[in-house]
Order: sequence, then structure tokens, then C-alpha cells
Amino acid sequence: MVVSVGLVVMLALLLWVLADGGWRAIREFGLHFIIGRDWNPVSGRESYGALPFIFGTAVTSLIAMVLAMPIGVGVALFLNESGSAWIKNPLAVLVDLLAAIPSVVYGIWGLFVLVPLFDHTVQPWMSASIGKVPIIGDLFTFNGPGGDIFTAGVILAIMILPIVTAVTREVVSVVSSETREGAMALGATRYETIRLGVLPTARPGIIGAGMLGLGRALGETIAVALVIGNSTRITASLFNPGYTIPAVIANEFREATSAGVHRSALLFLALLLVLIALGMATVSRLLVRRTTRLLGGDVAAQEEAATSTLGMA
Amino acid sequence: MSATVPAIEVPRTISSQRRTKDRIFSIALWASVVIALIPLLLIVYRVVRLGLAAVSVSLFAHTALPANMAGGGMKQAFLGTAMIVGIAIVISVPLGVLTGIYLSEYGSGRIASVVRFTAEILLSIPSIVAGAFIWALVVVALGSFSGLAAGVALTVIMWPIMARATEEVLRLVPTELREGGLALGYPRWRVIMRVVLPTAGAGVLTAIMLAVARGLGETAPVLLTALGNDFVNTNPMKPTDAVPLRVYNYVQSAYPAWRALAWGGALMLLLGVLVLSVTARMLSIRQQRRMR
Repeated sequence: MVVSVGLVVMLALLLWVLADGGWRAIREFGLHFIIGRDWNPVSGRESYGALPFIFGTAVTSLIAMVLAMPIGVGVALFLNESGSAWIKNPLAVLVDLLAAIPSVVYGIWGLFVLVPLFDHTVQPWMSASIGKVPIIGDLFTFNGPGGDIFTAGVILAIMILPIVTAVTREVVSVVSSETREGAMALGATRYETIRLGVLPTARPGIIGAGMLGLGRALGETIAVALVIGNSTRITASLFNPGYTIPAVIANEFREATSAGVHRSALLFLALLLVLIALGMATVSRLLVRRTTRLLGGDVAAQEEAATSTLGMA
Repeated sequence: MSATVPAIEVPRTISSQRRTKDRIFSIALWASVVIALIPLLLIVYRVVRLGLAAVSVSLFAHTALPANMAGGGMKQAFLGTAMIVGIAIVISVPLGVLTGIYLSEYGSGRIASVVRFTAEILLSIPSIVAGAFIWALVVVALGSFSGLAAGVALTVIMWPIMARATEEVLRLVPTELREGGLALGYPRWRVIMRVVLPTAGAGVLTAIMLAVARGLGETAPVLLTALGNDFVNTNPMKPTDAVPLRVYNYVQSAYPAWRALAWGGALMLLLGVLVLSVTARMLSIRQQRRMR
């Protein structure tokens, strides 16, 4: 038991160390830290405005979620509601394998394969088509090759797909078979059963799955650092380079090892990141739990689903 | 009898509009599965193809050559990863397994639910944050980046994974076995040691393997704590190299020879992680079958 409580102590210590380390930055820069756009660690001209990183993190994660949610839910529904076991089980394992791939492997693939592909075909094409549409067109202006926010979002979408799928499956699997059979008995097609029976009941849990995915996307470091282009300019186009909170920590911690505002600023960013991620995880967990409990599903089945979620994620 | 029932017009067919919607929906589900699997295939294909080209004896037997010379290897990175992951295993296995035992065998009280919840949300901690935490705590305190700090940083990530996974496999052990042991007059801890753990056996190993698979591939926490090293280092208190780290550095280099090595390293990482995950998965499926 002592050992187990250690886990709680560790979390508390983590929050305390980051808060204590980040205190100095927030005291010196206050609100400017969050809304300022100028990030300059050069001593003598130091200024820490973290808005470019906050912006980049939010935008890449949102792109990831918008792309991963429909596909993740689709895969989960496929694996739970249709198809036969001989095809479902291997498919489930394959999707889970996406979660096992190390992020640096995503990074090397992203930088050498996805970035050139997007530069030469996808982005010029999107820019020439959607880019012409008024108002939203600005989001898709192509300004030349190199890493960018959009590519980072796509990589993140691939990376969070397994967790979105796993949690959605967990929720959908406890929608009781009565709901399903009832709808079928009324003559509903499979589409109607899912659309009118399964999805509304499972909705809070599916939102929870999305939030967990968003939390994962926010904190992903290495793959994003390699493909996003690392630029602190905030621009309208998604095809321009950006920067994220984890990426700046990974790139600048070396210069910030000596005590100073720079170190403090990075630790404060880490604190910000962990608070958002923990908030997302907590709300998501509660939503999923409420859904599964509300439906009074088989507890053992839930536990099992949770294991498989855990196992690979 | 059937003649007395007023005839109700029961449509025998589903309207074509509904049928079309259902058809489109099925296609959409299939499409999402295909879209989900395409990246997996592309990544594995590319890494295997370019990685195999870079794998040779020298990848494991030599350290880096000067920048633009072909050949060379990342021996120091493999040794460093072995050391860092070894340290992480030594620290996190006892912590993780004990926490799992506590949650499964004594875990009905209030404290246990707090611990369980903490473990659950710790799973969502961004790995770079674990790195920043240990960087601020250990690296700054010791005044040097080190393999030890990296091992501790990986522990932050592996402990909760192992705890939750161990809890789940121990819960699969039938209650009757525990009751049998207790009825024979064994104290609780002996029942756990002699009955529960041996029965779960391979399951606990699965939990450990999953956590190791995760730790093996982590780059960000190792970057912030071990820093990297161009040479072989066996002192756990000094900066140490690791495979994910070396791949990350070489990916960003301008030299083709180093980029080629990066693909070789990436292939080794992918192989290690996939072998561990798939073996763990197969063990756990077999285990669950045996328990039922």
C-alpha cells in the first residue's frame, strides 16, 4: 500500500516541481506569458510570450481530432457492429499496432515521406481548389515546401486514431443488446439501429474518447517537432510552419539548463501542458464511466475492454 | 383463425431510400477501416525497406564516423538504451507489480480508488512532461544529464502502465482459488504469493512487457534527461545515448550517411516494440482462454 500511495505522491511531486520551477516566469511576465507573441531566449533581450506555441498546439490538435474522430468512430463501429470474428480480431490488433509505433518512427516517416508528398501534390492541389473559396480560402494558401501545421495535424491524427477507436469500442460495446435487438425488431436497418439506437446512447462516451485523443495530441512531441517547421510566426494558413509547446521544450531545454527565466518559462509551459492533459483525461474518464455505468453493462466486459485500451495505448 | 385477423399491409421490402442509406453507411465503415490501415502499411513498408538497407554489422559494432563518411554505426545508442531501459525496469517492475497487487487484492477502499484514478490519469501525461519533471528534479540537482535520470523518467511513464495492467490480469484469477487458500489457513500475503501470482504467471509478464515496449520507444523523456552521447558510456551518472535519441538527431542531419543510419535505428526500434507488443498480446489471449 505504501508503494501504491507513492504513485499519488509522484503525481503531486510532479505538479509541485513544475509549478515551483515555473513560478518565476509567471511572476516576471504575468499575463504577457500567455498572450505575448514574442519569444526570445537570447540573454539581455529576453522576452517570453508563449502564444505561438499555445496557438500551434491548439490548431494541430484540433486538426488531428477533426480527422481522427470520424475515422476512429467508423472503425470502432465496424469492429463492434458488423463483420465476423475472423476479420474483426486481426483488424483490431492491427489498429492497436498503430499505437505501439514509437513517435520518432512517425517522425522520420513524416519528415521524409509525408512532408514531400504533401508539398508536391496534396497541398498545391488543395490550395488551388479549396484555397480559392472566399473566407476559408486563406487557411489553405500554399507558400512553398517544408514542414507545416497541417502535416503535423495529419501525423497526430494517425497517432491518436487507436486510442479514439479503443475508447469508442469500450463505450459502444456496453450499449445493451436490448437496445440493439429492439431497434432491429422494429424493422430498423443496421444504419438506423446505429444512428438512432447506439450512437445517441453512447454519445457522452464518444465525446470522452475524442477528448482523450485531444489530450494525447496536445502532448505529442517528437513527431510534431520534426514535421511542423518550428516557426514562432502566427499565420492564417495551415500550410505554413508553426510551433507547439512540447516541441519548444524539446528544442530549447539544452540552453536552459542553468537556472534562469528561460528554464522557468519552459517548466511553466510543461505545467500548462500537464494541467490541460490531466483535465482532458479526467473529464474523458468521467464521461466514459458515466456512460458505461448508466448503461449498466457487464462489468467484466468493461474491465476487459479497459485492459485492451490500456495495453496498447 | 388467420382469416379473422384484419389484413394489415405489411411492406415486405425496405424502401429503396433506406436501403441506399444503409448501403452507403456500410461502405463508409469499410472505408474508415481501410483509411486507418493505410498509414500503418505505408510506415511499416518504408521503414522496413530503408531500414534493411542500413542494417549491417557495423550498425551494432561501431560508433559514429565523422559526418559525411558512409558506414559507421550506433553501438553506443544500443548499449545506452539497454542501460536506460534496464534501470527503468529495475525501478518500475517492483513498484508497478506491487501497486497492481494492492489494487487488485486490497483495492476496494477509498485510498485504492484514489490510487486507481491517479494511475489512470497518469497514463495520459504527455511523455515530454515526465522528461521535464525529471530534468528539473534529477538532472538539475545532480548537475549532469545521465542514464540514471532517463531511467527514472521512464519509470514515471512505465509505473502506472504496469500497475493497471497487473491489476487487470490479477482480477482474472478466480476468487474461489483465493478463498481456498484462505480456508486452508494461509495468511493473505501467502495466498497472494503462492496462489494468485503463480496462477496469473504469464499475465504479470505481459504487463511488464507492455510497459517495456512503451519505454523502449520513448524519445522525449530520454532526450531531456540522458541528452545523448557520441561515444560508449557505461557510467549511469554521465550523459548517455539511446536509439530513439540517435534516430531523432540523425533524422535532422544533412548527411545522407547519417540519415541512412537513422532508418536502420528506426527499423530496430519498430522491430523491438512490435515484437514485445505482439508477444504480450498473444500471451494475454492465451491466458484469458486458460482462465475461462
